[in-house]
Amino acid sequence: MTSVTLNRIAPGPSRARRWLSGFRERETWIAYLFISPWVFGFVVLTLGPMLFSLYYSFTNYGLQQIAGLEPTKTVGLHNYRQLFDDPKIASSLKNTFIYTVMMVPGKIIFALALAMLLMRAGKAAGFFRTIFYIPHITPPVAIGVLLIYLFNGRIGIIDVGLRHIGLPGPYWTTDPSWIKPSIALMDIWACGGTMVILLAALYGVPQHLYEAAAMDGASHWRRFKDVTLPMISPALFFCFIILTLAGLQQFTQAYTAYYGAGGTQPEAALFYAIYLFRNAFEFFNMGFASAMAWLLFAISMVVTVINITVSRRFVFYQGSARG
Amino acid sequence: MSAVGQERAPLAPGTTGPIPTVVPARRRRARRFQARWITKLLLILVLIGLSILFLYPFEWLVAAAFKPRGDTFDNSFLPHNWAWNFTGKYIPSPAPQRLFAIPGASVGHWMWNSVWISVLGAALTTFVSACVAFAFAYFRFPLRNFLFGVLLATMMLPGEVTMIPVYLLWNHIGKFTLNHHEIFGMGIVPHIGTGTQYPLWVPNAFGSAFYIFLQRQFFLGIPRDYFEAARMDGDSYFSMFRRIALPLAKPALIVTFIFEIQAKWFDLITPLIYLRDQATFTAPLGMKILFDRFNNVGGGEGDFQVIMAGTLLLVLPMVILFAVFQKYFIRGIAVQGTKG
Repeated sequence: MTSVTLNRIAPGPSRARRWLSGFRERETWIAYLFISPWVFGFVVLTLGPMLFSLYYSFTNYGLQQIAGLEPTKTVGLHNYRQLFDDPKIASSLKNTFIYTVMMVPGKIIFALALAMLLMRAGKAAGFFRTIFYIPHITPPVAIGVLLIYLFNGRIGIIDVGLRHIGLPGPYWTTDPSWIKPSIALMDIWACGGTMVILLAALYGVPQHLYEAAAMDGASHWRRFKDVTLPMISPALFFCFIILTLAGLQQFTQAYTAYYGAGGTQPEAALFYAIYLFRNAFEFFNMGFASAMAWLLFAISMVVTVINITVSRRFVFYQGSARG
Repeated sequence: MSAVGQERAPLAPGTTGPIPTVVPARRRRARRFQARWITKLLLILVLIGLSILFLYPFEWLVAAAFKPRGDTFDNSFLPHNWAWNFTGKYIPSPAPQRLFAIPGASVGHWMWNSVWISVLGAALTTFVSACVAFAFAYFRFPLRNFLFGVLLATMMLPGEVTMIPVYLLWNHIGKFTLNHHEIFGMGIVPHIGTGTQYPLWVPNAFGSAFYIFLQRQFFLGIPRDYFEAARMDGDSYFSMFRRIALPLAKPALIVTFIFEIQAKWFDLITPLIYLRDQATFTAPLGMKILFDRFNNVGGGEGDFQVIMAGTLLLVLPMVILFAVFQKYFIRGIAVQGTKG
């Protein structure tokens, strides 16, 4: 009898049952107790609102409905169709894309250049790193205020400086084609966070790789292209994704500088997040604003998926087979 | 990876490398030293130049905050005429305004609101995120990986998607607490909802995905034996968490705390959505309102010196926080990149 059971594979509990038996352990319940605040927050402040937002995007929810004067009506795809009809959606998306395309590479290239300078600075690196990092701790509202004053087309210090060296300073804050570059420039000024991430990645590159490359007679450029860039590509990629998402959600600097009660409200500074905010909390078109939010979500997802797909070819993860 | 370093076989004994140049060794070394010295000097000069570029906006801001009205845009390095734009007696409009004496702008309240909201919110989110992160790092429980995947996914969600329903939720809570002020007995139910400051910090009590992720990485780095030893000593799970996990994770907790303080100090959109009464404003919202009011573009009165003084007050706490916790700021940021 016993030999028979030994020879057969014991028909232990099924996977589902074993999995369920986990709930009988005391440890499981303790663990759930520990994560319960997050689970509650996730359901009440993320999942629930997501579902509601999806629902509202198919309704005419607005001021009357908040006040309880009129019932909420479903309007089908009307809000989504309006996304295509409203010219301001297209122009705000264009603004946002142009700004992101200027800001992300600008910030990464500038931050990388700074980090590489710091790598060669030896003992002074810590001191200069602190200085380059400081703009990163400036509150965006302060950046928005400084933006208006430093870039002012006549009296701003940047224009005064440009005229000093004989260049015609553009009307940064009023000329539609210079509004986005000036915001991106302020962002590049605050590139300290990106710089620190890249600096940490640079410190992580094994020195022997450079020595080997130098022995092989690789030029500085080759060493940068074939050693540095592949080795820090995960950090570069991380910055790229984070900054792209941040760029698509640009709100505070532009809102402070150009919107609100005292802003000039130029069309060129109407970023998508600002237009969304105005629709939701100034015009109270909450149904339409919800549809806008989902479009933003879809765009962020598509951009991230493209980033990940493209990065497969370039990003080099040490110790993995992917090259 | 290691193969790269060994690609080049060492020269066999007897063979010679390329024929050396004729310059004697000592002079060659001296010349190289000189060249290195010059590049080093150039590098330091470039770094100093960039530093001036990076710090100049701050210098401009500090100088402008101490210039009298009308001198703000003279762009002088130091004020020609020093002016105290912060406190003083209120004198009606043709006279230059002072930051703390502007009627209808409780600047002191704004600063204090921001201080207590950011400290309370940061303390809450630090502790709660640590609890959740510890559970994800230490315990094995059903659905753990699934839930952690959900947590990571929420980081990708733009805040705009949940913004409107969360606002409406607070609106409902607000109506409820107003209508049922007395329901639990003696009218001790406070008014919670839109128009109050609760929406600014209560969500912190549920942890934050990003900090949970950051701290979990840290908890995973603590050897499991420490926890097992504490369990052997008869600690409950919670006291093990409090006695072993929290003290060991102190750097991660400090990073969370200062990042959340910073996040609160940076946040304009949340107070903009929820706050109506100017006395409840936080510092960023207050300064935005001041900017709107006194910037002449928006039809303001052109008291730029007040805007500059306010902006300086907004920047200063962050500079102090950075000065005190510099190491943690840098480390926290650097960790993000390596873990991402």
